[in-house]
Order: sequence, then C-alpha cells, then structure tokens
Amino acid sequence: MKKEWPIWEVFIRSKNGLEHRHVGSLHAADETMAIENARDVYTRRQEGVSIWVVESKHITASNPDNNGEMFEPAKDKAYRHPTFYDLPVELKHM
Amino acid sequence: MSLNIEQLEKEFQDKIDRGENIEPKDWMPEKYRKTHIRQISQHAHSEIIGMLPEGNWITRAPSLRRKVALLAKVQDEAGHGLYLYSAAETLGISRDELFDQLLTGKAKYSSIFNYPTLSWADIGAIGWLVDGAAIINQVMLTRTSYGPYARAMVRICKEESFHQRQGYEIMLTLSNGTEAQKQMAQDSLNRWWWPSLMMFGPPDEVSTHTEQSMKWKIKRKTNDELRQQFVDITVPQAEILGLTVPDPDLKWNEERAHYDFGEINWDEFWQVIKGYGPCNKERMTTRRKSWDEGEWVRDAAVAHAEKKAARRAELKKAV
Ligand SMILES: [Fe+2]
Ligand SMILES: [Fe+2]
Repeated sequence: MKKEWPIWEVFIRSKNGLEHRHVGSLHAADETMAIENARDVYTRRQEGVSIWVVESKHITASNPDNNGEMFEPAKDKAYRHPTFYDLPVELKHM
Repeated sequence: MSLNIEQLEKEFQDKIDRGENIEPKDWMPEKYRKTHIRQISQHAHSEIIGMLPEGNWITRAPSLRRKVALLAKVQDEAGHGLYLYSAAETLGISRDELFDQLLTGKAKYSSIFNYPTLSWADIGAIGWLVDGAAIINQVMLTRTSYGPYARAMVRICKEESFHQRQGYEIMLTLSNGTEAQKQMAQDSLNRWWWPSLMMFGPPDEVSTHTEQSMKWKIKRKTNDELRQQFVDITVPQAEILGLTVPDPDLKWNEERAHYDFGEINWDEFWQVIKGYGPCNKERMTTRRKSWDEGEWVRDAAVAHAEKKAARRAELKKAV
C-alpha cells in the first residue's frame, strides 16, 4: 500500500447570492482533482454553481472543550439584542 | 480539573437525551466511537458492494431510458459510499484502513448483496424492495445522534427516492406485459422478498446491539419495528403490481393494524453473513481485483501531484 490521497473539505455555493456552505469531504491527489471529484460527488443534481476545496489539514478549528470560555460570555449580553430596550408600543418603524 | 470518566459519560448521555448532536471533536465514549466506525463503515461498504449486482445489468438494459436511469442510480450508490466513508473518517480512521477491513473480510456489508441478479426483473425488484428497505432504515438515521452520519443520511435520502421509483416502474412495466414478463417479475419478487426482510437485521430478542444503540440514539427504532413498517408499506404496492408476496402466512391483522407475516429463515441469514451466500466470494474477488488493478493509477496521481507541486515551488524561488 502506497500513499493515501489527502482529504479535502468541499464548500458549495448553491446559487449566486448565497454563501458557500460546507457539504462534506473527499480524497484527491491535488486541487484540480479535488474540484473534479467534488463536482461528481456533490453536484450530480445541479446543487451548485461554484465549488471551493481546501485541504483539511489547513483548517484550524476551535476546541469544543473550551466552548464555555469561548461562547458563554455572549450569553448574558442581552443588550446586544433589539428586544432588550423598552419602548412605547405606539412607536412605529423601529 | 480533569473530569473523571463517569462525569464525562454522564454529560455525554445528558447531551444525547437533550436531543443534541455529537460532532467529531466532541468528547465521546470509546465505545460510541467504535460502534459508529463499525456501523458507518458497514453501511459504506454496502453501498459500494451494492453497485455490483446492479452493474451486472447496465450493458444489457432493455432501452436507453432504462440504461441511463440504472447508470445514474449506480453512480449515486458510489456517491453514498463516499459520503459515508467520509463520515467514518471523522472518527479517526483512515480510508485505507476502512478499505483494508472490507478487502480482508474483517468488516461486513449488507448480506442482501450476496444474492445474484439473474434476470432484468431483478433490477426492478432491487430498486423497489432493496432500496425500499434501505430507505426505511436511512430515514430513521437522518435523526441519529452523530452529526456527520446524520448529515450524510439526509443527502442520501434525497437521492434514494428516484432509485425506488425507477425500480417500481420496471416491475410495473413487466407486470403489465406479456405472461412471460409477468412471470419474470413474480419470480424476482419470490427471490428478493425474504432477503429484503432480512436486511433489517436479526430479531430484537437476539440483536446484541439494539439496547445500547437506542440509548445513544444511533437507532431510534428496533429491527423488528422497521421490518414491520416495511411489510406494511410494501404489501399494498405488490397488490398494485398484481404480484403475490411469497408468504402463505401473510395476513392483515385487524387488531394490531399491521400485517402478520411468516417466519424468516434465520439460518439462511447467518449462513450468508458468515460468507456462504451465493455470491460472497464473487463480490469480494471483484472488489479486490479493482482495488489492486487501480493501484498504479492512484500512485501515478500522487506522483503527478508531487511533481507539479515541486515545479511550482521552484518557479516561486526563481521569481
Ligand atoms: Fe444508496
Ligand atoms: Fe439506492
């Protein structure tokens, strides 16, 4: 057994105006093959108009063990939301 | 500050009980990881091996319409295998290891694919019954607790319904055809009915994995529940075709509001699982051959990619 083809993450824009979304991953020897394989594996039914591929090893992810310190500080900041402010009901368009 | 294992396990179970999904980097019990690798890879292998019995008829499809549909279906199954291998790889096993487990016989695949496709009608019966049974299982799995597996299932389920409809259309055409064609369809139903029921796995009282799988929300229904659901859905479909389900004990049970059906031959099931089905050897030989014969292509692609990368690096230096 020789070298395994690297893993690539695939992102697809389903139509112009929308963002690229992660759809899954695949193996390919290089970026050209990754795009071609992504076309065959993830867009057999016109699911996309644009494909991004990035080798998985280049992705840095946050550590879920640190989710508390990462994301909880936003929890008690209700004043960042419009509903936090008490305004009269007669007030329109705000 | 390290939590002990019981605390971690409890938090994990609470998360599942709250209906949250588990994602690749989350902490999970080793057994949850192992069970998933086993189940997802078995599922992936089934998609890949499942291409063989149908591939057998692509060149002999009776019309261009049937041929493009069958080609597209078999190509979809390859895609399903790939989605699932990718999901399994998020659990820390490599694609090569997964293939190796299949090719050495360490990993299993669905026993249904060890039956031969003897006539064109079998392509109809597979789409209708085998994909039909797979859909019931897969719809349940769209709500499974492991995120990457659940997402792969959503994608797969969207694609499956055409598989079943193309199969049923084949059965319908044959059933409305000449006496010989109708006979061919009936013969095919006779051969595929029972193996399709076996696809849901052993009965609940002997299924070793069910309890833990339910607790971890890997499965949300038992084998017997899924099997019953399949029978209830499929029997009326056979009636529309004017074909007879090969089970003398099959009868609507008013009280249960379900069909009662006959005893499944579990000896046959275990024989096929153990490798003594009609096509086990042939399937594995074919798969091994294509893996071995493809090796030079895989290696050449790597060599080409490395050469290109080296050339690019040199150009950069020169600039
Ligand atoms: Fe499939
Ligand atoms: Fe299918």
